[in-house]
Amino acid sequence: MLKGRHLIDPMDFSVEELTQIFDFADKIISNPQKYSDLCKGKILATLFYEPSTRTRFSFEAAMLRLGGQVIGFSEPNSSSVAKGESIADTIRTIACYADITVIRHPKEGAPKLASMYTDMPVINAGDGGHQHPTQTLTDLLTIRSKLGKLKGLTIGLCGDLKFGRTVHSLIKAMSRYENNQFVLISPKELQIPDYLRKYLVENKIDFKEVERLEEVIDKLDILYMTRVQRERFFNEEDYIRLKDSYILDIEKMKQAKEKMIVLHPLPRVNEISIEVDKDPRAYYFEQAKFGMYVRMALIAKLLGVDE
Amino acid sequence: MVTVNAIKKGIVIDHIKAGYGIKIFKYLGLENADFTVALIMNAPSNKLGKKDIIKIENAIDMDYIVLGLIDPNLTINIIEEEVIKEKIKLKLPERVEDIIKCKNPRCVTSIERDIIHVFYLVDEYSGEYKCQFCDEIYFHSEV
Repeated sequence: MLKGRHLIDPMDFSVEELTQIFDFADKIISNPQKYSDLCKGKILATLFYEPSTRTRFSFEAAMLRLGGQVIGFSEPNSSSVAKGESIADTIRTIACYADITVIRHPKEGAPKLASMYTDMPVINAGDGGHQHPTQTLTDLLTIRSKLGKLKGLTIGLCGDLKFGRTVHSLIKAMSRYENNQFVLISPKELQIPDYLRKYLVENKIDFKEVERLEEVIDKLDILYMTRVQRERFFNEEDYIRLKDSYILDIEKMKQAKEKMIVLHPLPRVNEISIEVDKDPRAYYFEQAKFGMYVRMALIAKLLGVDE
Repeated sequence: MVTVNAIKKGIVIDHIKAGYGIKIFKYLGLENADFTVALIMNAPSNKLGKKDIIKIENAIDMDYIVLGLIDPNLTINIIEEEVIKEKIKLKLPERVEDIIKCKNPRCVTSIERDIIHVFYLVDEYSGEYKCQFCDEIYFHSEV
């Protein structure tokens, strides 16, 4: 039962509950018109304590497409927060006006704190570098829609695997499905954190760590790209030696499987050459659309209006 | 070998890791006690090599959660009529409220007023605790 629940951590929902959300998202995708009044009379509050146009628009578009309405703020200086109101007080006030709330906050654990003070469903839309569960739902729905399954896949994750929260959540989420194999492509400095490696080992998940994308791209069903920042390298020599290995271009795509899909949480800088955008395997823009659909399904499920 | 008499009625905290006795002594405020107390440091121990022991000739209240955090391996013996009436073995508490403070500057606890810091035990073997808000890991030995 998802009605009335919060979504704070990508692992809050069971695999079965995720399937319910994805199944409902599929129904919306196939006939959006049918659901355009589903949230009529309902209000979504978007509390954005730091700017994030992409995520906020995605949630707002999701609610509007379900026939609901939206209130909120996109930067805290224009709200009661600027007067020093606590998160606990803000959420209890918002709960008097809205039916469901989305929070983005620069501090880790802020959405969790908010959820402890209300029965209204609270959705974490990113808390600092900590969690961003609806990005994970977006990634999973995209994979499921494009490849028809979430198990038995070889998933390559490339770039900054140390600091990228979307990568950590995706690995944990995908490791709950059978027979998935992870290929972790990064410079040594930016390998996955120890806790995550420990998690993979303890759960007997098949994974390997390599330094170069060229070595493994032909094996992958999914290539999830992230940005490698120059300042993350310890020395210039390594950066020069490896930087091109983390840029996806047409040449590398020639080695990849015909049905591989390329994903990216966006915004992209230069880690995917724009020439790749025309490749039919490039799904990162479509991924944003799946993000909106999965948020529509999530809102409907948490409000319990999906019947 | 120093000899300390047995107590008639009170509490003996035994098997304290050597060096931790003074911490527990201070935590219990025993330096201000108006009854008989003894802190024995570096006593020989088969199990630990060396151990500390605290003897208290009085019934006092103590928070087992805090004691478990300081040293999960100690034993508390409740003494009545010079015999052990109850033996309490401690372990690391599953949930710790407002004892450990999260020091992660990115954690919501750094900005929210009147917030209760709550930690959950994630690994009994290594003594790892996790902040319920930001997931920052602390070891009980850091407490």
